[in-house]
Amino acid sequence: MATDDGFKRTYPEIDDWTDSRELLANARKQAEERQLDDVFIVDIDSHISDGGNWPEIMDYVEDPVIREAASAFGDGSKRGAFLNGTNGLQWQNVWGRIPHGQGLKEAVEESELSRETILARRCMDQMGLDYQVMFPNAMLFLGMHPVPEMEVHLATAYNRWLVERVLPEDQRIKAMMYLPFNNPVEAEATVKRFLGKPGVAGFLITSSRHKPVHANEYMRLYGMLEESGQVLGFHTHLNWQNEYTSQLNRFISMHAISFVLCNLVHLTNWIINGLPERFPKLKVMWIESGVAWLPFIMQRLDHEYMMRTSEAPLLKKLPSEYMRDMFYTTQPLERTNETLLAASMEAMSAETQMLFASDWPHWDFDLPATIWDLPFLDEKAKRNILGYNAARIFDLEIPEKYRALAAE
Amino acid sequence: MSELFVAKVDDLADRERRIVVEGALEIGVFRLGDEFFAWESNCPHAGGPVCQGRIMNRVNEVLDDEKRAHGYEFVEADVHIICPWHGYEFNIRTGVHPGDAETRLRGFPVTIRDGAVYVTV
Ligand code: FES
Repeated sequence: MATDDGFKRTYPEIDDWTDSRELLANARKQAEERQLDDVFIVDIDSHISDGGNWPEIMDYVEDPVIREAASAFGDGSKRGAFLNGTNGLQWQNVWGRIPHGQGLKEAVEESELSRETILARRCMDQMGLDYQVMFPNAMLFLGMHPVPEMEVHLATAYNRWLVERVLPEDQRIKAMMYLPFNNPVEAEATVKRFLGKPGVAGFLITSSRHKPVHANEYMRLYGMLEESGQVLGFHTHLNWQNEYTSQLNRFISMHAISFVLCNLVHLTNWIINGLPERFPKLKVMWIESGVAWLPFIMQRLDHEYMMRTSEAPLLKKLPSEYMRDMFYTTQPLERTNETLLAASMEAMSAETQMLFASDWPHWDFDLPATIWDLPFLDEKAKRNILGYNAARIFDLEIPEKYRALAAE
Repeated sequence: MSELFVAKVDDLADRERRIVVEGALEIGVFRLGDEFFAWESNCPHAGGPVCQGRIMNRVNEVLDDEKRAHGYEFVEADVHIICPWHGYEFNIRTGVHPGDAETRLRGFPVTIRDGAVYVTV
């Protein structure tokens, strides 16, 4: 099959270096079979970043001493400088079985464009995406950095690199800015600095960290985000080191629990401390924990709240009702049991509250067809989840050809 | 029904596969010893190019008489094709997922004639 740019399939064994257009050729096929090119699709979460541009990102570090020190890493190449990544992510590929799970290593043509933009375009074209929100892997660990100030140095460098280098290259690529949440003052400064910059679609907290989200020192930050109409995302990540997860001896076990646990804790604190009442207009989004955890925590919190209302005095309705006012990305969409999935999506008011995310190129990525093929959703719900909910919440411009349906 | 040429028998080594394409249909033809198996390269999970994945033996966990675990081993008799999209594994002889008999690949008959491998679609 040839795509628009003349890319031809060759059917090799797929390995770490396979071109993602080859790897995602079946995604293009699915898009054509389902006419998904006529559907407005936004991918809220992708991780196209193999660390290859880290040396370039280090040039955006503002502290001259730290910027210079980056050269001491990676045999002078600055690769991996200051990063605190854990081994867990390197197990994503099931020991070689899912090659792209370890990041895209494919060659890209000589170009003025960043490697990220070239790889994002390959994915967007094959999947039929109109916008893709990008978030690099390396940043997912930063909330657990043993040197707290390093979170600020690296976050600022990374945010600047995205805004100054990557986002101007393609209007279809968007990004949520990393909030150095361990330092509330710097998190506020990040909002002030990057708010309104072209391509910035909101702000994001990586959930793998040990800071209670209801601490008073964050109220000004939330107020700023609410007032400016920005989305606040909580992006889940692994933590294989805490007392419970450190007992799990397989990646499957750790991933199944750890990628939900951090968001379970933050969401529970968020609701029980009445943050939805304090910031009723703040758009809060929970990213990459899937869907199956939601009915559990809804039922659990409602059940206990009815008996212990005095411990959550700011609440004026059931926890689950606040949960239905928040937003959730779909991936990884647990769908081995369709009945449970349908009930979960209904419980969450998925038609208005859920947003498609691919998580490409991680090992458990989803495709637009994952949503499109769900038999229990009507077409309007599918279109909302795939794109129109994102357009509404992130205030994205909907291309002309989709506008008629968006107005429905 | 039509018969597609896959390869000369001698050109397909043990544990190798060849992908043949007929219109939108992609079929992986695998050789295990002197046997050949053909499966559609369309994964039942999410439509991934399953036959372009890695070929590896099934993994087993070794238990002793007291049911204590002693690590992993490969099972030589069970050769798997592993979908490169998300890792679903299928036994190349049966086309069946090792953990769920309902999850299986769509198969096609293979014929050997005059030293060549053909698949019927
Ligand atoms: S498509 Fe094959 S494992 Fe998902």
